[in-house]
Order: sequence, then structure tokens, then C-alpha cells
Amino acid sequence: MNASKPQINDADELGSIAIETQGLSQGQIVRKKFFRHKAAVISLGVLSALVVFVFSALDNKLFGFTIPGWWQFSHTDMPELNFDDCPFDSPGCPTLDAIPFLDGDGVMLGAHPFGQDDIGRDYFALVLKGTQRSLMVMVVIGIIAAFIGTVVGAVSGFFRGWIDAILMRLTDFIITIPSIIIGSVIGYHFGNLGALFLAFYLGLFAWTGLSRLIRGEFLTLREREFVDAARVAGASDRRIIFKHILPNAVGIIIVSVTLLMSGAILLETGLSYLGFGVVPPDVSLGLLVSTYQESFTIRPWLFWWPGVFIVTIALCVNFIGDGLRDAFDPRQAHKMSRKERKAAKAGVSVE
Amino acid sequence: MLGYIVRRLGILVVILLGSSFILYNLAAISTNPLEQLLLSGAENVDFLIAQLTLELRLDLPPPLRYFIWLEGVLGAFTGSFDLGATREGQLVVSELAMAVPITVRLVLASTILAIILGISVGVVSALRQYSRFDYSTTFVAFLMFSLPVFWVAVLLKEYIAISFNNFLSQPNMSLTWIFIFSSVVAVFWAGIISGNRIRVVTVFGVALFVTAILLYLLDATDWFLAPRLGIFVIVLLSIGIAFAVTQLSMGIDNRNALYAALSVAAFGAVSYFPLNMLFDDVTGFSGFALIGLGFVVVSGLIGLAFARIDRGPIVRTTSITGLVVYLLISYDQYLQVWYDYIRFGSVSYRPIPTVGQTNSLLQFEENVTYWIRSLDVLVHLILPTMALTLISFAGYIRYSRGTMLEVLNQDYIRTARAKGLNERTVVMRHAFQNTMIPITTIMVVDFAGVIGGAIITERVFGWTGMGTLFNKAITTYDLNLLMGVFLVTGFLAVFANLVADLLYSFLDPRIRVGAGK
Repeated sequence: MNASKPQINDADELGSIAIETQGLSQGQIVRKKFFRHKAAVISLGVLSALVVFVFSALDNKLFGFTIPGWWQFSHTDMPELNFDDCPFDSPGCPTLDAIPFLDGDGVMLGAHPFGQDDIGRDYFALVLKGTQRSLMVMVVIGIIAAFIGTVVGAVSGFFRGWIDAILMRLTDFIITIPSIIIGSVIGYHFGNLGALFLAFYLGLFAWTGLSRLIRGEFLTLREREFVDAARVAGASDRRIIFKHILPNAVGIIIVSVTLLMSGAILLETGLSYLGFGVVPPDVSLGLLVSTYQESFTIRPWLFWWPGVFIVTIALCVNFIGDGLRDAFDPRQAHKMSRKERKAAKAGVSVE
Repeated sequence: MLGYIVRRLGILVVILLGSSFILYNLAAISTNPLEQLLLSGAENVDFLIAQLTLELRLDLPPPLRYFIWLEGVLGAFTGSFDLGATREGQLVVSELAMAVPITVRLVLASTILAIILGISVGVVSALRQYSRFDYSTTFVAFLMFSLPVFWVAVLLKEYIAISFNNFLSQPNMSLTWIFIFSSVVAVFWAGIISGNRIRVVTVFGVALFVTAILLYLLDATDWFLAPRLGIFVIVLLSIGIAFAVTQLSMGIDNRNALYAALSVAAFGAVSYFPLNMLFDDVTGFSGFALIGLGFVVVSGLIGLAFARIDRGPIVRTTSITGLVVYLLISYDQYLQVWYDYIRFGSVSYRPIPTVGQTNSLLQFEENVTYWIRSLDVLVHLILPTMALTLISFAGYIRYSRGTMLEVLNQDYIRTARAKGLNERTVVMRHAFQNTMIPITTIMVVDFAGVIGGAIITERVFGWTGMGTLFNKAITTYDLNLLMGVFLVTGFLAVFANLVADLLYSFLDPRIRVGAGK
């Protein structure tokens, strides 16, 4: 028997939800639940810090103006290769020193915290540039896929009939092609146009799973009473879709777009690794890993740093997605801590 | 039902037609195969262009070319199936026939491992919801989700393969390493066992001590160079297997089942030496499989002899026990040839390779038996299998945990507990069996997806399967080859969906396939 674990039964759970959410708007409830998901909040913090860090470090060109970054090198500068104090006489080892006690040099960044690549380019700048690219690709794919997926899913779920049949067959066609195959075909030929174009074209084929989900959501929502009420009140189709149904489906859209984005960053790095994504002279994290995987034994930093950034971004996005899913899920009750549970029990017995 | 299947097969064909049309045109319009020629500046460039145009039918627009390709595919109905030739002149069909088994070999072991590990970890973490174990597996699963396979692969090569090979050249563990390894193992066990602090600390201490002693003994006896289990360890392990399988499938309280499983373990011990002799004569996989089949059948018969009323479950228990014991004995056989294997000149004490699918120099060695050959295949599988398992089992953890939790909160589980069934029956029979229904369908679809996704893994580990073909197809503008690869992956994907739907309706009687509509 399961006596060792106190289980909260359904009635209590529902009751606690009702009390918790009394008098709060949908947005407030979601925000409250999201901020209770510790891993998600930490991830959000880390990711925002990372974005600020990465984009402020290097020079940004916006509409012809150059906003100077705080880092001294850009990813195209070629300072002299540094051979001093390197293990195995390898060129360009990192000057970053984060462990002050081992060699007594103290914490310092140095001229090239992540080292230098074969021709002396500053690896810190390269990795940050690559991270910028990967983040941008992720966001662009996310936005385009979200837009197309929502439109296709909403239209086919709302209108049903032959529109639905055509759109869903089209979705089936694209979903059958493994994303790495379609990505490679596109990436091999559009990769040299730059990361933005690559992301744009990848986004054109990444919406299929999302549109299926949204279609399902629309199919159930359109049968609900509030839609009937709106229709009786004389609302147009467009108004029903945008004002009545879409706000109710926004949770599922946000959650799946987040998860889609974490998949997108892995897709981009994978394609760049295969040589079908971002191509030199542009930089991307996958490209850096692929270029320097052979140097792992002697110059491991060339391999570690881009990987660490990929994993950090993907992990953060995944956790944020998980937090959002919990936040938007109406069945999800607040898990009471042991203290709260005790307090609740005490409260009941006092009454 | 039959009508439903036929209709679904029809839809399958339509979907494949549509998606191949999209892919073909996408691939055809996104590049110009003549570009290289135009840039090359060769003297007879016009002639070369004309030749290539004729060869690839570039005079026709892509949608029309697609139908030329399709004509060959549809030839399957008239007996002249033709996927065309590659640009180098080989038949696509024969290229695929060589590549597909290699890719399947690459992903099969890892998929099975990922399923078994993922489901067991997921179910355990659902049973221990909000425990330390649950939190850590959740974190690990998310971490695995976020790892790019090519990155993990390089790490594995460095830290597993190369360092193990280095270790084998000097197979002596320092006490520090023994301590570190044992601590890791102990943390693992302490994490799984839940309970109060004293219990966790005890588990940690015992695990640390036992592992350290074991490692010390193995190290002192040079076990890593010439490993073997020996009859004594095999008997102990078989008894353990018998207990474990019985507990999971019928419960130890069922004496009949326990005795039956123990007899299978005894049977394994008795047949250890005869099996070893038989193994020496095995020359191929079929012989190995045949002996295994015989062993499992005998185990099943032992179960039958013990069965009184619950014949089916007991036979199932003994058959599974028999299979595991047989695998154990063959594992021992591999250990016996291990020392011979690593001494070969082409291996020279570095048995875990980082690239390739077989050791091509091995065929020039003398005395290469079936066991050596298959051991060679197996060691080449170690790293890719580890990488793929790490990546894909996170999904199974999350999914089986979620499903299990949902099932555990159902009313009938409460009913089962209320009527006094023991926890094993509730978990294994009532909850787990129903958890498996959606997971089974996920498995099928996932397997098809893994084959498509193995492209990167193949590249990292230097295998020449479908990924290599695909790579070649894209970089050399070989549409026939590209479409051939796609036909295999695409067909698998769509077909897996169909199988998943049928399985679902078979496993869950509430779902009636083909009803309605």
C-alpha cells in the first residue's frame, strides 16, 4: 500500500486551485504559476543575461550606424597568435583564469579568454558571434513557423471541409520528410546567402507540427458555447477567430513554439555541422564545433566553448517551455511544500 | 478492419507521392548542376553542358522530371522497379540495399537500450514523484534533450574510448580512481533508493565499499585484460535474474513461478560447459540464434512442467529468464575471446574504436572465428550506441513518467489498492500495462524517425550507411540517390504511423480503428 506518501486527492487539489486563482486574470494566473517553476525562472534569467551579454559584446551594425561593443576584438580581427604558457606548445590557448587558487594568478580575462583559432582570430569573439547567429536563427525560425502554423492550423480547424483537407494533406506531405533532410536540401543551397535567409527558409518548413496542434485546438474550441454566442451576436468569422478563439489557444501556441525553438537551435547547429547550414566566412556554433572537433585532444577549448553555449541555450529554452506548459495547464495544481501541507492540515483541524 | 487498412495504405501512397513531389522539386530548383561547369572554364564547356543536360534531362522543367523518376518507382507494380542510377552509374537500389542494413544496425541496439532504460527510469521516477531521484532524472532528461549528438560523440570518443584504450595499455587502477568510480556508483544507488537520511547514507556506504572492493579485486586479477565470468559468477547471476524476472512478472510469492525460474537458472548452469563447446562450432549468426531459440524453448518447457493453473504467465516468466541467462552465457563467451581479440596486431590493445563500422584489417589475421568477428562488430557499436542512447532515452523518460503519473491518478488504481492488492500487482499489472499502450505507439514512430536522424551520427562515427549516401546525394546534385534515401525514410515514417494506429487499437480495446467516419 502507499501509506508512506501522503497523497492529495482530487477534491483538495481542485479546491486549492480555486482558492489560489480567485479574482485573478488569466495572465496573472499564468505569470504566478510560471514564476513558481524555479528551473524555468532561473533559465529565463540565464537566457536573458546571455542575450544581453552576447549582443552587447560585439559591434552591432544597425541601419548604417555602428553601436560599439565592449569587447576589444571582432570576429574578423586577426591579432597575432599567442604562444606563451600554452600546454603541448599549442598555439592560442585561452587566457581565461577562473580558478584563482590553482596557480595563484588570480581571476582574469586576459586578451583571449577562450583562446585563438588557427589564424589568430579571437575565439571569444567568434563564439559570441556564433551564439548571436544561433539565437537569431532560433528566433526567426520560431516566428515564421509560429505565424504560418497558426494561420494554417486556425484556418483549417475553423473552416473545416475542403480547406481543411487540402491544408492538412499539405502538412502531411511536409511532415513526412525528416527535418534534417529538408533542412539539408534547403541549407546546402541557401546557407551561403547568410544565416538570416537560412533561418527564413527553414522556418517555411518548420510549422507543420504546430499547425496540427492548433488545428486540433480550434476544432474543439469552435464547438464551445462562447463561439456560438459570438456568432449569434453577429460577429464575423475573422472576429471570432482573432478575438474569441485565438486568445484561448494562445497557451498551446506559446508552449509549442518554445519547444520548436529549442529544436530549431539543434537543427541549425546540426546542419552547420554537416556543412549544409551556415558556411564560412559566417560563423555559427555548429560550424565551430565541426571545424575544431579534431583538435579536441590538444586544444580542447576550441571544442568546449561553442558546445557549452549550444547546450546552455537549448537547456534554458527547454526549461522555459516546461515552465510555460505547467503555467498554461489548467489541471496543473500548485505542488504544496511539506510546510504548506502541514499548515493546511493544521488549519483544517482548527476549524 | 481490412477495409480500414486498405484505405490507410491508399492514403500512405498519396502522402508519399505528395511529399516526394515536394522534395524533388525543392531539391531540383534550389541548385543548378551546370553552375560548376560554367565556372570551370573548360574549353569544351558547351559540349559538357549539353552532355550533362541530356544525362540529367535538364531540358525538362523539374515537375516533369519528377514524373520520369516516378515512372521507375511505379514500375514496382509491373515488376520493373527502378529508382534510377546514381551519377556514378551504380543502381540506387543496390546502393540502398548495402546502406540500409548498416544504418539499421547502427540504430537498432541504441533504440532498444533507450526504450528499456528510458521506460524503467521514467516509471521509477513516476513512482517516486517529487523525490530526489525524480528531480535529478528530470534534469538529466532535459540536459540530454539539449545535447547536440555530434558534440556528445566527440566527448565520448575522448573520455570513453581513448581513455579506456589508454587504460588497457596499463591496466592498473590507482586507489584514487577506484575511490572516484565507487563514489559515482554509490551516489547513483543512493539516489535511486528513497527513504530517510540514515537509509540513504547506509546505501551510499555499502555501495561505495562493495564497489571499491570489487574494482580492487578485478584490478588485482588483471580482469580488464582477460575478463571472464566463470561458472560460479554465472550461477549467482542466473539466480539473481530468476528472482528479478519472477518478481517483476508474477511476484516472488508465487512459489511455482519462482521454482520454475530457478530451475531455468539451474538448467543454464548445467548447460554452461556443453554450450561453450557448442559455441566453438558456431560459424554464423544463424547458428547462434538457433541455439538461443532452443535454449528459450527448453526454458519454456520447464515452465510448462511447473505450471498448474497459470500456464501462460509461468511460461512467459521462464522464457524471459531463459533468454537473459542465454545472453549472459554468450556474454561470457565474448569475454573469453576478448583477450585473443585485443592481442591481434590490427587491434593491438586498443579495442574501442572511435570511427568505422568494422576493423577492415581483421580479415587478414589468422584464427578469426565467428566470435571474434562479431565481437569486432560489437565494439564498433559501443560508442555510436552510447551517443544515440543518451540522446534518445530522455524522450522516453519524460513520456513514460508523464503517462505513468496520469495512469496512477486514475480511479481504478485506487480501487485496486482499496481491494488489497499488493503494490507490485498494482504497479506492474494495473498501471504499467496501461502505461505501455501509448508508449508502444511512440516507440514505433520514434524508430522510424531515428533512422532519418542517424545522418549526423553516421558522419561523426564514419559509418557508410544511408547518411553517407544522403550526403553524397546533396553535395553532388544526385537527385535519384536523394529520392532513394527519402523513399526509405519517408516510407518508414508513414508506415510507422499506420502500424502505431493499428497497435493502439489492438492494445486498447476502447479505441476502435475505422469506426465512425
